Amino acid sequence: MEWLNAVVQGVLLGGLYALFAAGLSLIFGVMRLVNIAHGDLIVLAAYLGLSTSMALGLHPLLSLVLVVPVMAAIGYALQRGVLNRTLGEDVLPPLLVTFGLSVILQNALLEIYTADPQKLSAEVMETASFSVGGLTLGVLPVLTFVVAVAAIGALQWIFYHTPLGRAFRAVSDNQDIAQLMGLNKAHVFGLAMALALAVTAVAGIFLGIRTSFDPSIGGGRLIFGFEAVIIGGLGSLWGTLAGGVILGVAQTVGAKIDPGWQILSGHIVFLLILAVRPNGLLPKVSG
Amino acid sequence: MNAPDLLVTRTSKAARTAAVLGLILLVALIAAPWWAGSADMRLMSELFLYLALASLWNLMAGYAGLVSVGQQAYVGFGGYMLFALTILGGLHPQLAVVLAAGLAAAISVPVAVLIFRLRGAYFAIGSWVVAEVFRLAFAQVSALGGGSGSSLPVGIVKSLAETRSGREALSYWLALGAGAGVVAAVYLFLRSRKGLALTAIRDNELAAGSLGIDIWRTKFLVYVVVSGLTAIIGALIFLQKLRISPDAAFSVNDWTAFVIFIVVIGGIGTIEGPIIGTLIYFALRETLADLGTIYLLILGLVAIVVMLRAPKGVWGVIRDRFDLSLFPLGYRVMPDPGSREGR
Repeated sequence: MEWLNAVVQGVLLGGLYALFAAGLSLIFGVMRLVNIAHGDLIVLAAYLGLSTSMALGLHPLLSLVLVVPVMAAIGYALQRGVLNRTLGEDVLPPLLVTFGLSVILQNALLEIYTADPQKLSAEVMETASFSVGGLTLGVLPVLTFVVAVAAIGALQWIFYHTPLGRAFRAVSDNQDIAQLMGLNKAHVFGLAMALALAVTAVAGIFLGIRTSFDPSIGGGRLIFGFEAVIIGGLGSLWGTLAGGVILGVAQTVGAKIDPGWQILSGHIVFLLILAVRPNGLLPKVSG
Repeated sequence: MNAPDLLVTRTSKAARTAAVLGLILLVALIAAPWWAGSADMRLMSELFLYLALASLWNLMAGYAGLVSVGQQAYVGFGGYMLFALTILGGLHPQLAVVLAAGLAAAISVPVAVLIFRLRGAYFAIGSWVVAEVFRLAFAQVSALGGGSGSSLPVGIVKSLAETRSGREALSYWLALGAGAGVVAAVYLFLRSRKGLALTAIRDNELAAGSLGIDIWRTKFLVYVVVSGLTAIIGALIFLQKLRISPDAAFSVNDWTAFVIFIVVIGGIGTIEGPIIGTLIYFALRETLADLGTIYLLILGLVAIVVMLRAPKGVWGVIRDRFDLSLFPLGYRVMPDPGSREGR
């Protein structure tokens, strides 16, 4: 039963990792961009949630109403202002520019909010729980998982059933021909990044409610998100959810064996999957 | 046929002048223990070690196309091997430094097989995961102090040299040797047949492959050799610090972020770039470090602006403007000054 509990908690934790990963998966799928600053953007969203909920006295989940559009706007501006200039055949510019961005974000957050750990207070919701068949499930982890499934479902729907999604798929398939067909690829990329950071905003708020955070934790979140993307298979959104769940289960089961092994066992499972199935479980596009 | 006599040469006047000046500078630097204070020597040692890390990272990213953000894995591994081999194995520190390189090269083989499956930016983050695995694994080793780390015992430190000034001079010479040695090794490697293959891969991977260059093997070789050499630098870094902990040993900021900034600002894909970048980085650090986080903000900003505006870095701008090459790699064709027709 204890092991089953570890697995179930791991699945729920995987929801959070899938939220970390969904934005990465989306922008890789659309423009083959890997954003090294992704983790720091998650942390930025958590701090934005902290500021808005403190200033306006809002519940952190309600602060999403403000944080999501703000992050989306940041994403659009970032893509059009900086990242679009780095896209091309060479993988080096986007990598190094987003790496620089990561250092800038980290130190800007450090300058504004100091290194003290912060937390978003969701009051009763943090500790509330209910039992199902002998297992006790926290309301917050269950809610996180449900939101993750909903977010990925929504992204999937946008991707395959809307004009915006058609534009995403078109530029993903062939940027130049999409441009000839009348799409402005700079704008489409901007929208993709806006959408990715909107999901990142949700991830940041749930991260902040679940654990304490400080400006230095972005790199770790990027790695979890990245592992979920690779385990699931590049460019596949449902694969990303599966990848997040596998990573979450690996971590909680590892922690059950030895508390010091939680993060390490997640990495080891990732490396094992890379060794046996280098393309992930449900690959869509080749890297 | 009355074609002018042409001279095919690798060297140039600038390169010969630079070589002579470089040798004079090297002699002056070797003599530093007789003219410099111990604080200056420590700063210069750090500079040489960063120069070595930057040159190695540049060889991987700028030539082999292997953009790693996980080189701290080998810096930390080298440092930990120094501590493990001296404290637990009872070896002499200098022997431990050399052995650390062999062990790092050996462990980099399975790592390379695994992460070479990832391409481009995913390779970068994959290498970071490996560094995290190293960090978490060493934090589990209680014989080396676990998560809080350990110090190098006095007896081992004394085994380097009896007097304090003797130790300072020795560790300075080791750092100087590492810095100058790595730059020289990279230069000679790039002038060799294998280096030519690597340059071809850098310029066009597809074309290089169709000419019969084994791309995977060339990159693999670079990765393994760079890993071993990076471990030497790591061992020397922690031989100077005398204290190691997982967070310091596997710090992504200290051993990768700064190194990337050095190479990008100086000029990626050139031998001169890391040298200029290291000088600029230390100049910035010595003047702006009091600003704390603002200094890192500025550094990040400078790197982004350089990458967007002058992707070849400071050296790239100088080279394009003055057609200069201090470490000549390619051959050039010029009129032979020895013949009258060449004029």
